[in-house]
Amino acid sequence: MSGPQKKPTGAPRLARRRVLQLIAAAATAPVFWSAPGIATMGIKRGPAGTATDPDLINPNIPWELQLTDAERLLLEVLCDIIIPADEKSPAASAIGAHDFIDEWVSAPYDTMAGDLDRIRNGLAWLEAESARRFDGEFAQLEPAQQTAICDDICHPPAAKPEHAEAAWFFDRVRMLTAMAFYTTREGMNDVGYVGNVPLDRWNPPPAAALKHVGLK
Amino acid sequence: MKDDYDVIVVGSGAAGGMTAFILAVHGVKVLMLEAGRDYDPVTETPMFQLPSDAPLRGISTPDKPFGFFDATVDGGWTVPGEPYTTSDDADDEFMWWRARMLGGRTNHWGRISLRMGPYDYKPYSRDGLGFDWPMTYEDMAPWYDKTEALIGVFGSNDGLENTPNSSPGVLQPPPAPRVHELMAQKVCQDELNIPTIASHLAILTEKQDYEKWPKELFPGNPLAQKVLRQSMMERAACFWATPCGRGCSIKANFQSTTVLLPPALATGNLTIRTDAMVREVTTDATGKATGVHYIDKRTRKDEHVSAKLVVLAASACETARIMLNSKSTLFPEGIGNGSGKVGKYLMDTVGTWVSGRIPALENMPPHNQDGASGMHLYMPWWGYQQQEKGQLDFARGYHIEFGGGRGMPSAWTFAGLGGQSGGAYGQRFKEEARRHYGTGIGFGGRGEMIPNEDCYCEIDPSGAVDEYGIPTLKFHWKWSEHETNQCRHMQHTFRDIIEGMGGEVHTEIHDDGAKAIAKPGEIIHEVGGAIMGDNPDRSVVNQYCQSHEVPNLFVTDGACFVSNADKNPTLSIMAIAWRASDYIVEQMNQGAFT
Repeated sequence: MSGPQKKPTGAPRLARRRVLQLIAAAATAPVFWSAPGIATMGIKRGPAGTATDPDLINPNIPWELQLTDAERLLLEVLCDIIIPADEKSPAASAIGAHDFIDEWVSAPYDTMAGDLDRIRNGLAWLEAESARRFDGEFAQLEPAQQTAICDDICHPPAAKPEHAEAAWFFDRVRMLTAMAFYTTREGMNDVGYVGNVPLDRWNPPPAAALKHVGLK
Repeated sequence: MKDDYDVIVVGSGAAGGMTAFILAVHGVKVLMLEAGRDYDPVTETPMFQLPSDAPLRGISTPDKPFGFFDATVDGGWTVPGEPYTTSDDADDEFMWWRARMLGGRTNHWGRISLRMGPYDYKPYSRDGLGFDWPMTYEDMAPWYDKTEALIGVFGSNDGLENTPNSSPGVLQPPPAPRVHELMAQKVCQDELNIPTIASHLAILTEKQDYEKWPKELFPGNPLAQKVLRQSMMERAACFWATPCGRGCSIKANFQSTTVLLPPALATGNLTIRTDAMVREVTTDATGKATGVHYIDKRTRKDEHVSAKLVVLAASACETARIMLNSKSTLFPEGIGNGSGKVGKYLMDTVGTWVSGRIPALENMPPHNQDGASGMHLYMPWWGYQQQEKGQLDFARGYHIEFGGGRGMPSAWTFAGLGGQSGGAYGQRFKEEARRHYGTGIGFGGRGEMIPNEDCYCEIDPSGAVDEYGIPTLKFHWKWSEHETNQCRHMQHTFRDIIEGMGGEVHTEIHDDGAKAIAKPGEIIHEVGGAIMGDNPDRSVVNQYCQSHEVPNLFVTDGACFVSNADKNPTLSIMAIAWRASDYIVEQMNQGAFT
């Protein structure tokens, strides 16, 4: 897919998407084909490039990204606190989790409605809290100081009332970071997914796997 | 354009593809009209792409309701510019899935290919509810064999009640089950008395025998043998990777666009016109069908094509819509609708889900569980005898579909892990992900709905039209207790299976089936609307899908279904369409439809 576009232009998102649909629809080539087959007809075929008929082989993101550089940088730090590097896999930022969150909060669907404000307000709270408690920017704090803040907001059911909103923000960032990370080859390797490769034949489960659950 | 077609086939999916293929290999000149765009699975299917290659990690959106990489084009339960409504007093909103693309819904379907059985063709005779089909299972069995051999279906013959065997050699060998499937099988068979057998999916587990089948399926027909041999040679066996719902560029699974249309085109007898949205069937003064009007979606012009015979295979509700919109002096209520039954007796499948987690699957030694994409095992309905004895409070059966294991993680696989892990983040989050991976499991019920007078579609009395100016549908829907009670039974059964596996249930278990039942249309098995029967007063077509009133009009899609057994309808649609097409050829050879 194409790289993330930089910076908001201020264009209303839905309107822009509609425009893209209309442009793409107008460019649709006529399709009429006949025996003995399509290949010989030399007629352009393929997706219309609209939201309901996107190019699946070369996808792009047809909406403007909304987060600022500062917001993306802070998200990058937070994503890596949620999924840090270890011996099995890299940190979340290495696979672009913060880019994905920008893509998500900028998208025009109901699923993510409200997330732009939630993430934005949460990032602002994080900086304010860092200044209040440790007199610094979150990204520059000692790991123990960062953890102290995150521990207060990492589990919404256990958060104090004054942290309720920040806890939902953290939960959302964690959800999105996990979505971003485990859908990459790096994240899949981490949990031990070994598929998506063509096989000559299909084999029954290995004996060790059957034994693991008490089947022979 | 000169109209020199024998037959117009409206639709290119399971029914349209099969009808056009059978007619074309018998030398019939066919024009196929498809409302969606041209589509080529070989070049357009994203095979090995990861969710991270897609916008939003490939999640479902209103534009791509089964996820970004799903094969469906311009489709889903809403289609831009093509609205429909549901009556205010319906039990729930009807959801009408459409796919506006060559091959229709065969491009993304689940490939589950279950035969209807002897009981399923005579349900009224068994329990006094619904209607009997005009033919028997025994009448249909040869066409099931032929359809399975043609499209390629794997499975096993288990000899279970109302779960028919295929003839020897027809089915391809089923793949070995995965670990979670074997665990479920053990609990179901040992503790719950629920048979758990190889699923039947339209996926090649080995290369088709391209020397044998063309000769057996089309004896004495060199043209059919030639094109089918070539087509079978071009299909590869499954390589045990990539989701079938995206389509299959190696043609290992069944899609109309890879299995039926290429050999049909190779005969030279099929012409396909895409972006052709059919509005109505035209008739002459004697009541014979003369052709169809369609809107060319690119020019917005209303076009007319003529033929000796018209076959509607546009999908159940779209076919009913075309018939109801085909009004004339002779057919004031729509073509072939003297019985008033067009649009009536719509059915979907009764569906519900329960999901949970099986701790015993934690820390499983890593191994490849992709398999044939879909489930390798399923549970056919086991309660026929209990129902016979009146021990259950619902009349018809359901089968169980289930999934789990260490498949490719989707965007949602670990989305809830924060809460499940009590707020883990950092290194602990990664460890929790490793522990939880592959432990989720979900069971889905797929049950038979009994047709009733309150489930139907009509042309919207408000006068609404779609963006092509074609009057739209309004749906009406009421479930009976047979469906809601069955749904409660499913909920309890799935809880018992998960708990029997030592697992924890994560979804609410409903004692009121009405609260757990999927919306009408949501399972995408809608059938009925132009039902078959011997009596022209109570049905729309005969057992060969031929209109009682308009002999050169046929309905070969799910609209002709008289009942909707728990068996997913696609295989039966194709078998019925093949049988009807053979009948058309026979009739033509005897000089009919001239």
